[in-house]
Amino acid sequence: MIRDITIGQYYPAKSSIHRLDPRVKIVCTLLFLISLFVQNSILGYAIATVFLAVVIKVSKVPLKFIVRGLKAIVILLMFTVVMNLFLTKGGEEIFGFWIFHISEQGLRTSVFMAVRLIYLIMGSSLMTFTTTPNSLTDGIESLLHPLNRFHVPVHEVAMMMSIALRFIPILLEETDKIMKAQIARGADLESGNIIQKTKAMVPILVPLFVSAFRRANDLAMAMEARCYCGGEGRTKMKPLIYKNRDYMAYTVTVVYLVLIIGIGRFVPFKLWIF
Amino acid sequence: MSIKLENLNYTYSPGNAYEKHALKNVNLEIPHGQFVGIIGHTGSGKSTLIQHLNGLMKATSGALYYDGKNIYDEGYDMKALRSQVGLVFQYPEHQLFEVDVLTDVCFGPKNQGLSEEECLKRAKEALELVEFPEKYYHQSPFELSGGQKRRAAIAGVLAMKPKVLVLDEPTAGLDPKGRDDILDQIERLHKETGMTVILVSHSMEDIARYVERIIVMNHGEKLFDGMPKEVFAHYKELEQVGLAAPQVTYMMHDLKAQGMDVRTDVTTIEEAADEIMRCFHD
Repeated sequence: MIRDITIGQYYPAKSSIHRLDPRVKIVCTLLFLISLFVQNSILGYAIATVFLAVVIKVSKVPLKFIVRGLKAIVILLMFTVVMNLFLTKGGEEIFGFWIFHISEQGLRTSVFMAVRLIYLIMGSSLMTFTTTPNSLTDGIESLLHPLNRFHVPVHEVAMMMSIALRFIPILLEETDKIMKAQIARGADLESGNIIQKTKAMVPILVPLFVSAFRRANDLAMAMEARCYCGGEGRTKMKPLIYKNRDYMAYTVTVVYLVLIIGIGRFVPFKLWIF
Repeated sequence: MSIKLENLNYTYSPGNAYEKHALKNVNLEIPHGQFVGIIGHTGSGKSTLIQHLNGLMKATSGALYYDGKNIYDEGYDMKALRSQVGLVFQYPEHQLFEVDVLTDVCFGPKNQGLSEEECLKRAKEALELVEFPEKYYHQSPFELSGGQKRRAAIAGVLAMKPKVLVLDEPTAGLDPKGRDDILDQIERLHKETGMTVILVSHSMEDIARYVERIIVMNHGEKLFDGMPKEVFAHYKELEQVGLAAPQVTYMMHDLKAQGMDVRTDVTTIEEAADEIMRCFHD
């Protein structure tokens, strides 16, 4: 049951996207997200769709996996669509009943908003599917390095992030195990009202907290035993170095971004609105 | 009260990159009162197998009969099954949560819907069975030593009075004395109460001394199934799957190779000693 959570999970595969430098993937994902918001036309969305489809194809991550991540935002998505659909005014009215009115503008905005949100999630989950949590934090640390000058503890934050990420699957597994152990002792986790259900969580939460503290303690001990003392003067086993394919990925993304912005600016208005 | 598995299959995360066929067509019958050892390398499917026995995991295909009834039939009372088949997980002390040991052991019987006195009675009986010292009954389970914690956790399952007791590596992480104590107690339990005991382990030495039947798992399949001496006769094949027969098996084979006329199917040190003495007397 708990195994099925996919958001923020790595999908092991051998693809050129997986091999890219994490910094490239972070920056390009950001550029892709920006590209979704700087334009608002059918043609623009078509280009974004093609770009996303090609990247997904190249990444060898099954589409099924990426779509599964959308489940988490279904409520938000429906809310946005409904709100935009009924509350946006402008253009011809397509449908009207009592206090509900759908305008042409409203339909357009809500569809585009939905597509935007879906692509946003797909794009960012593609990044986490193709990047291990560790290289992701490596990338973030390296990108945020300039902030060190302003006394932001970049390394410490990155270390905390990678530890937190590393612990998610461990704690999920632990929860699964404890739940099973308590069910084996006859614990009933499903039936009863909300108070009974909350009470039924105690036999799971207490051992889970105990184990989280135990693991944190062990980890701290192990790090100190290896003389870990923060980021100052620390070298990496696998330093991040840009390769040719990384520059290529940057180029492709920048070309894409220029294209999508250019379409909004230079292609005649009538052609791209509908 | 027999347990019967028919063509049991289990696949983790079917249809994605993490797919793993953990059990392949397992057929097995365990009659009531038997002391069985399940042995296998890490990842051989032994833990997955035992989680099927009390319905915690549902087989992808196949049937599991407990007492003649298929537990996958609609409307089968899983809760009743779980109080009949007690499952002690690996590192069971990680499931302790109550304020004191006695209350924690009461958790199982309380879930069975028994009265408070009955719960306490059963908890005390169970703690006595595992020889848990009475002076610690009202201590927090988190302040005990590793061995005592494990006893308390095993008592937590025993207090439900299961007819079948399944233990997943009950000696992992214990010192040699703690290990022998726990295994001796399990053996005594089996003799005194006549319950079926299924012991999962990867140490042949542990298992050889206690069980009457050994099931060897490899890559989700049942490789061998028989009395310890029958299984250890395949010591060459056992090595190929990353297991080993007990030391005495090797010693007896070596002695035989040197020309001494000993039986090679002994399984414990005591038997081996007797056998060697017999040869000298002859």
